Amino acid sequence: MAPYIEGRHGSAGAPHVTRREFMVGAAGLTFGFLLPGCAAVATPEKGATLATSTGNAPAFSPWVSIATDGTVYIQSPAAEMGQGSLTSLPLIIAEELDADWAKVRVVPAPPDDKVYGNPGFGGVMYTAGSNAVRSYFQPLRVFGAQVRRVLLDNAARRWGVAVSELTTEPGVVVHAKSGRRLGYGEIAAFAEIPAKAPAITPEELKKPEAFRLIGKDVMRVDLPGKVDGTARYSIDVEVPGMLYGAILRAPVEDSAPVDVDEATARAVPGVMRIVRLPFGVGVIAQTPWAAFAAKDALKVTWDHKAPGWGFDSDQALERYAAAARDLKTAGKPWGKAGDAAAAMGTAATVIEAEYRCDYAYHAQMEPLNSTAAVSPAGDACEVWVGSQGQTMAVAAVAKALGIPAERVHLHNTLLGGGFGRRGHRDEEFVVDSVLLSKEVRRPVKLMWTREDDVRNGRFRPMSAHFVRAGLDQSGRIIAWQHRLACDWVTPYMDPVRYRGILRENDVIAVAGTELATYEIPNRLAEQLGQQTGIRTSPLRGIGFVANKFATEAFLDEIAARRRLDPVALRLELLENAPRAQEVVIAAIEMSDYRRTRPGRSLGFAFVDYSNTMVAGVAEVSIDRATGVIRVHHFWCAIDPGIAVQPDNIVAQTESSIVYGLGLALTERISVKDGVVQQSNFFDYRVPRLRDVPEMHVKLMPTANPPTGVGQMATPLVAPAIAAAVRAATGAKLTHTPFLPERVLAAMRA
Amino acid sequence: MVDFRLNDKPVSVDVPDGTRLLWVLREHLKLMGTKYGCGVAQCGACMVHVDGAPAFSCQVPIETLRGKSVTTIEGLSPDGRHPVQRAWLAERVPQCGYCQSGQIMNAAALLARNPRPTRAEIVDHMSANLCRCGTYQRIVRAIERASREG
Repeated sequence: MAPYIEGRHGSAGAPHVTRREFMVGAAGLTFGFLLPGCAAVATPEKGATLATSTGNAPAFSPWVSIATDGTVYIQSPAAEMGQGSLTSLPLIIAEELDADWAKVRVVPAPPDDKVYGNPGFGGVMYTAGSNAVRSYFQPLRVFGAQVRRVLLDNAARRWGVAVSELTTEPGVVVHAKSGRRLGYGEIAAFAEIPAKAPAITPEELKKPEAFRLIGKDVMRVDLPGKVDGTARYSIDVEVPGMLYGAILRAPVEDSAPVDVDEATARAVPGVMRIVRLPFGVGVIAQTPWAAFAAKDALKVTWDHKAPGWGFDSDQALERYAAAARDLKTAGKPWGKAGDAAAAMGTAATVIEAEYRCDYAYHAQMEPLNSTAAVSPAGDACEVWVGSQGQTMAVAAVAKALGIPAERVHLHNTLLGGGFGRRGHRDEEFVVDSVLLSKEVRRPVKLMWTREDDVRNGRFRPMSAHFVRAGLDQSGRIIAWQHRLACDWVTPYMDPVRYRGILRENDVIAVAGTELATYEIPNRLAEQLGQQTGIRTSPLRGIGFVANKFATEAFLDEIAARRRLDPVALRLELLENAPRAQEVVIAAIEMSDYRRTRPGRSLGFAFVDYSNTMVAGVAEVSIDRATGVIRVHHFWCAIDPGIAVQPDNIVAQTESSIVYGLGLALTERISVKDGVVQQSNFFDYRVPRLRDVPEMHVKLMPTANPPTGVGQMATPLVAPAIAAAVRAATGAKLTHTPFLPERVLAAMRA
Repeated sequence: MVDFRLNDKPVSVDVPDGTRLLWVLREHLKLMGTKYGCGVAQCGACMVHVDGAPAFSCQVPIETLRGKSVTTIEGLSPDGRHPVQRAWLAERVPQCGYCQSGQIMNAAALLARNPRPTRAEIVDHMSANLCRCGTYQRIVRAIERASREG
């Protein structure tokens, strides 16, 4: 039997109820675990007392509970948005625990940073940055081993044998000498749990060759429900007495309604309430179609005090480019090494180039939505949502209602895609549902239409990149300067993290400018942050996508000036990075890079994405009459360290390539007078099956700690395509997306 | 009142004319497997079968269904073991999964009409459905598997 998610088949409230039931009913062992610091704490209770711990931030929550029937419940702290870590994290515990995977039940963890917080984000439950497996891997292994040790100690005491004589098979403690066996559930029935968790040294962890689960491609626990229609997303929530909500939000951030003509909206049958909000006008109705129709019928004028009014993205990009080129104005430094200015002054040759990237939209398939039930007294709230940040959602709801976080009960569901959109600190779409429910003190399912989702999107910033390289007499790069002018992102999407662990670095925007892997002794990246009033967001691949386009395309420029093969230049720069060289060579070999093919050309790119090494080759053709680029093949080699779920890594890499394809070729948000010009999939074009190349992914795991896999190939795509177009036509593509008119213009230039 | 067949059972719904099948399925009949993605027949997350043919349920006015037969993901097979569903698991297609009901329904409609589609026919037919997770390559493989293993 395959593991399944608790509550998958139940009603919306099931995950919580089910969790309580297993706490009460299991009468087994309950293990808690505090992050960070890997300090496992075992709780002597047999589970029952924790039953009172609801979603109200329990003082103590278990990671693992073992029922007397042998079922092993493992909490998973990650939001599941398609990336697979709902399965991968429990799998890591189960590996060291030597649990029988068929008896594992995965339970989405309740919001509690103290117990489940992501060590990679300063201890906040936040699923992003391809960071879940990377950050939880080591602590969860140690914890799984500690739980196993407690079981072994108990079995040793029961049998009166030395613990060193015992081993485990999945779900069973074995004493080989006497042939005795005790199932984990049997041990749970009598086990005593020490007050202090046993110490586990790294040497005591399983050796990779002993893994039974890691690297073996177990079925993801969420997949069966995703082929039979039973998977439940927040948009599927049903709560008794529920009403439906929609909100017409101001088109420009920080604007408020001035005049509201609601007569037509009010006349829509089923409409119950029109609600003025500080940032828009809400509708509460008996049906979703009534709510949407009434929202569309609202006539609202907005105040024009916000800075975003008047913003024109085409004009603004010229200003960004001018700011990037203006060397007299220093930017905020990032990724500094050596002395770039001095080295540039001594360079025999200085090469310069400019690159640009437009705003881009997440386009997660499930439009934003949330269901809230504010209590009649207004002093408590239950929320059903798919958020990338469970505790941030709780905090945002508590703040909106002026109630303690303990009075907010969150049910985090599956997410119909995230890509960074559902993890902003303010969780605005969650608060939307709370504000409407507060008006009627009944449950309200608040849905954004696709048009709302686009027009009120929060975007990957627009950017202009002025990149300079200083070469010595021999042509080696001795100085590098990357001046990035773009909208601020992190201060907008998460001011708490920005001021806290990020120490006021706009990491979402600047990541990928630092070039740590390339052998360039003097480097300076600078951000010229643009205050625009335009809503911004981390989007899959964050700064890497725009920044690696600029840096990889610029390396091709340098290679051309040196009359050097682009791959040879990369290998020269990676001479001290053997893992990087491996993926470069693999991508070259698998694509048969040196073979010319009529009517088609190849382009290469390399990215070190947070220590995951990826190299890619695109095979493209260009319609010289129309400027349309077609990508026929994409080869990618990836080294993510230890591969926890290998096939899922390949799937995530294919996914990353498709996402990168859209950002490279067609996806573009433009803004006129502060207002987003696109509204749905007909004018924001994401890749369809017919647009997608054949993808060939080579997974090259190494014994290094696992790094991320959810977005690493996305930044490869634009520079690889640009390189291929350059190889075929000599045209330099410098502005993503590579719209046909831009391609034609580049070919004419 | 509109009478039609839904997943092989007669059903009567009383909603205003013009109401789209998608919302009737989801919020009236509580069949949540069919998803809202765009509302304008661009993404296919809402795909169902109407008299065996694939249809964007976000576009189908309820009154046009009188006497017709609608199949949703919940009714594709009694046990979730339709060849397309089995192939979808074997090829590990879903990621976030939100679009997959629509993908599976469209794929099942293709194979019902054309049990041995060529790669080009699959690409052409399935380009009606968007998947933002980019599971496309596995979708093709799963349809080829379902075609093979039936």
